[in-house]
Amino acid sequence: MKQWFERHLQTMVGSVGRLWTHPFATLLTILVIGIALALPACLHVLVQNVRTASGGWSNALDISVYMKTSASLDDTKQAAERIRKRRDVDEVTIIPADDALAEFRKSSGFGEALEALKDNPLPHALVVRPDAESRDPARVAQLTGELREIPGVDIVQLDTEWVSRFNAILDVVRRVVFLAAGLFALGILVIVGNTIRLDIENRRDEIEVTKLVGGSDAFVRRPFLYNGIWYGLGGGLIAWLIVAVVVFVLGDPVERIAGLYGSKFQLQGLGLVGWAALMAGGIGLGWLGSFIAATRELRGIEPK
Amino acid sequence: MIRFDHVWKRYPNGREALCDLSLDVERGEMAFLTGHSGAGKSTLLKLIALIERPTRGTLVVNGQNTATVTRSKIPAFRRQIGVVFQDHKLLMDRPVYDNVGLPLVIAGVPEKEIDKRVRASLDQVGLLGRERNRPIELSTGEQQRVGIARAIIGKPALLIADEPTGNLDPDLAVEIMNIFKRFNEVGVTVLIASHDIHLIERYGVRRVIIEGGRAVGAADEAPPPLPSIVTA
Repeated sequence: MKQWFERHLQTMVGSVGRLWTHPFATLLTILVIGIALALPACLHVLVQNVRTASGGWSNALDISVYMKTSASLDDTKQAAERIRKRRDVDEVTIIPADDALAEFRKSSGFGEALEALKDNPLPHALVVRPDAESRDPARVAQLTGELREIPGVDIVQLDTEWVSRFNAILDVVRRVVFLAAGLFALGILVIVGNTIRLDIENRRDEIEVTKLVGGSDAFVRRPFLYNGIWYGLGGGLIAWLIVAVVVFVLGDPVERIAGLYGSKFQLQGLGLVGWAALMAGGIGLGWLGSFIAATRELRGIEPK
Repeated sequence: MIRFDHVWKRYPNGREALCDLSLDVERGEMAFLTGHSGAGKSTLLKLIALIERPTRGTLVVNGQNTATVTRSKIPAFRRQIGVVFQDHKLLMDRPVYDNVGLPLVIAGVPEKEIDKRVRASLDQVGLLGRERNRPIELSTGEQQRVGIARAIIGKPALLIADEPTGNLDPDLAVEIMNIFKRFNEVGVTVLIASHDIHLIERYGVRRVIIEGGRAVGAADEAPPPLPSIVTA
């Protein structure tokens, strides 16, 4: 076991040394892999942030319940009491018609015109907030249906259509990110595979000699697998750097926009899990690309 | 140790390198393969090292029928044979130490043990102290000796060599042959292909003449015994 570990350590270090002898070529390969990893990673960060930013809205599932104009304030209070007893409701706020009119006067700018009205045209209203666990579309639909049945209720309005549309679009974007990630992953496999193929071609004599004195396929392949792993690790680090720079550059302007909308939203980076995934992805792809290329190429090299 | 039984070898291009060759080399024996270039000496050695496979016939090396050695078992098979090449087949960009130690690295021998055995091997071929040199800094004769050190480091029971003195001047050639002779004296079976008749004649060992892909007259009419180590 110790032997095995020692050998691997030796091969690992030897592989770094070998890559170091061609710093420019190695750097180019790592950069290409890094950029290919960074593009889907950036898209992922974008989608995550949009989701976080929109999270506040999608949860704003307040249901507006308008009473019939004939319903009195007492009727309204009774209805509110009934709704409050439901398990799937968190909070019910009563908005009396007078308050609503006063608010409308203040904020609409139609103050003078409204003075002309003899009666208050607005009905009493309730704002119902479903409890956190009852916010999925099916249960909300059930709740609105039952609210409609309450005597004195005229209109039940759930203004979340746009939220679901937005979420649907976001879903499409997320899939696009997945597809892009898949394509770029394939690209990385090809890049690493081709680089390893050239490495092998350059060391053909050495491989032949090693096989002549009894080196197995696995033995001659090992340093190339480590090359692949280093390429992947380097690429992952470059990608992480690119994402960090992008987040840093966009952070301030995004905060300013959010501020204009009265939000405290801040651009989030990859996070630890994202970083680990990026590294693991890079290393995994590097290893796989070199494994495929080396297994294929090395079979063809036999001493003559 | 080596037994060729009606072995044929035809290359994909149609050239028949060996036809109906039968040959026995005993354990502990030393023998020379001679004959014109292109007679099949190299092919014969390549079959022993499983670089090529017989087209027909059986070949048994060290008790193993080579037909039963599958591709995946070739590395282990080769590790029990020491092979010396005319063109040395050294890694020119690696120090002598790495070249000689390579078979042990492959076999997974501990670093300390490798260190010891590389020195011992180099000592046996008279190159102790050259570990850090690159083969390119050595003369042809020295490079050949590095090749021999590499071939013997695994303590093989069988040592084969293809024209090991091909590019050397006579003095160096004798020196190389003496090294082989010394290994034979400690029990290693040695089979050397060489067309250098004059050199071969100085050693009192069996000569197998290969002609047109056959072993014609295993010319082992033993010459008068000579001192085992010949001086140039």
